[in-house]
Amino acid sequence: MNASSRLRAAPLLLLESLGQRATAGFEEVGRFFTILASTLYWMFRRPFDGHQWLKQMVRVGVDSLPVVGLTALFTGMVLALQTYRGFERFHAEAYVGSVVSLSLTRELAPVLAALMIAGRIGSSLAAELGSMRVTEQIDALYAMATEPIHYLIVPRVAATTLMLPPLVACADGLGVLGGYSVAVGLMGANPVVYWEKTFQFLDLNDVFSGLIKAAVFGLILSVTGCTKGFFTTGGAEGVGRSTTAAVVMASVVILVSDFFLTKILF
Amino acid sequence: MTATNPSTPVPKIAVVDLWKSFGGKPVLRGIDLEVASGESFVIVGGSGAGKSVLLKHLIGLIRPDRGHVIVDGEDMACADPAVCLALRKKFGMSFQEGALFDSLSVFENIAFPLRRHTSMSEAEITHRVRECLELVHLPGVEHKAPSELSGGMRRRVGFARAIAMKPEILLFDEPNTGLDPITSAVIDNVIVEMREHLPVTMVTITHDMKSAFRIADRLAMLREGTIVAAARPEEFRSLPDPYIQKFIAGEPLEEDVA
Repeated sequence: MNASSRLRAAPLLLLESLGQRATAGFEEVGRFFTILASTLYWMFRRPFDGHQWLKQMVRVGVDSLPVVGLTALFTGMVLALQTYRGFERFHAEAYVGSVVSLSLTRELAPVLAALMIAGRIGSSLAAELGSMRVTEQIDALYAMATEPIHYLIVPRVAATTLMLPPLVACADGLGVLGGYSVAVGLMGANPVVYWEKTFQFLDLNDVFSGLIKAAVFGLILSVTGCTKGFFTTGGAEGVGRSTTAAVVMASVVILVSDFFLTKILF
Repeated sequence: MTATNPSTPVPKIAVVDLWKSFGGKPVLRGIDLEVASGESFVIVGGSGAGKSVLLKHLIGLIRPDRGHVIVDGEDMACADPAVCLALRKKFGMSFQEGALFDSLSVFENIAFPLRRHTSMSEAEITHRVRECLELVHLPGVEHKAPSELSGGMRRRVGFARAIAMKPEILLFDEPNTGLDPITSAVIDNVIVEMREHLPVTMVTITHDMKSAFRIADRLAMLREGTIVAAARPEEFRSLPDPYIQKFIAGEPLEEDVA
C-alpha cells in the first residue's frame, strides 16, 4: 500500500517542486521590478544627495576605467588579428578596420564593458547592501525615517546608468586603437587605408546605439545587484549567495536583453 | 491576556490583537499591550519567542498580518506618507549590534539623522553630537570608525544616535546580548540615566532578567507569541506561573530535562 501510494504521489511531488521553482522565479522578477519602480519613484525626490551621487560615479566610472579600457584594448587587438587572418584568405584585408570598428561600437564594447562592470560593481553592490541588511543597517536607516531605497539604491543605480555610456565610449576608442596597432604594426596593413576603412562604414547611429545599450545594461546590472543585496537573508553565507547570484543573473540578463535591444535599436 | 495598565488613561503605544506569521509559521499570536507615556516597559522572553518581531512591529519595520499598532492615537499602518514620516520621527531605535553605518565615523553616524531631517548648522550639529555622546559616557570618540570600538561602545554609540533627534519613544533591541556582566551593567546604568534625563517612553526587549529588573517600570513575559503576564517588577517576581519563576531563576523547565 505504501509503495503504490508513493508511486501515485510522485507526479504530485514533481508538480509541487516545479510549482515552487516557478513561484521563486516570479518572486525574483517581482522584486526586480519593485526595486526598479521605487528607485525611479525616489530618483526625483528631495533631499538630493549630490555627495553620494558623486562618490558612486567615481566608484563606477573612474575606478572601472582601467579594467574596461584594458578589456576593450585587447578585444580590439584580438579582433584585428583574427579577422586579418581570415580576410587574408580572400584578399579582403582592407576591410579589417571596418569590421573592428563596427563590431566594437555596436556590440562588443557595450556588452563586454557591461559584463566587466557586472563583475566589478554588480557584485560589490550586492555585497555592500547585503551586509548592511544582515547587520541591520538598512533597518537602522528606516528607523531614522530615511527611505533606504532613496538613500542607498538611487545614487548607486543612477551612477551606474550614467557612467556606463562614457565608459563604453572610451572602450570604443581604445578598442579601435588596439585593432589599428595590431593590423598596422603587426600584420603590416596600410595605415592610411586601415584608418579610412575604419570610419568609412561607421555611422554615428552605430555608436549611439551602443551607448544606449550601455545605459540600459548599467540600469539592469545595478538594479539586479541592489535587489539581490537588499533582500539578503541568512548572515555571511547569505551575503555570499547574493553576490554570486547578482553577477550570474546580471550577466545572463545583459546577454539576453542584448539580443532584444539589438533587434529594436537597428 | 492583556497587558493593560489601568492607571494610565491614554497609552503612548497600544498594540491591539497583533498577529504575524512567517512562511506559515505563526510568530505572534494575538498580542495586546499598552505602554504608558514616560514608562520604561521591558518585554522578556526566551529565544524565538517573537520579541524582536514584536519590537520591529512597533516602529513599522514589519507589517502585521492582523491587528494594529497605535502610537499617540495614530495607526502605524498609515496611508498618508506625511503622517507616516511624522510617526517614524517619534522613534529612536537601538539595534542589537549597534547597526552603525560602518562607512561613516562615529560623528557622522550620530549626525546622520540631524543632517537628514533638520536644518541645524554644522556648529549646532557638533554640539548636539557631543551632548549625545556625553549622555552615554563616551566623550571624545567622535572621529573613530565603528570598527575601532568595542561591542559595548558600539552599543552606546547606537544609543547616542537613537537619541540625537530627541525622540519621544526609544526602542532597545537586546541591549545587553553578548556583553560581559560589567559592561552589561554599564549599559543598564546608561539606559536608566537616559530615562531620568530625557522625557521618553522606553520599550526594551531582553532575555537578561537582571538587566530587566534594573531598567523596568513594568515587565511583560512573551511566550510562544503571546503575552502571558505583565506586571511591575516586585509583582512580577512573585507571579505563580512556573515558567516565569524558572525564567527568573535561570533554570530549565521539567519538560526540557530529559
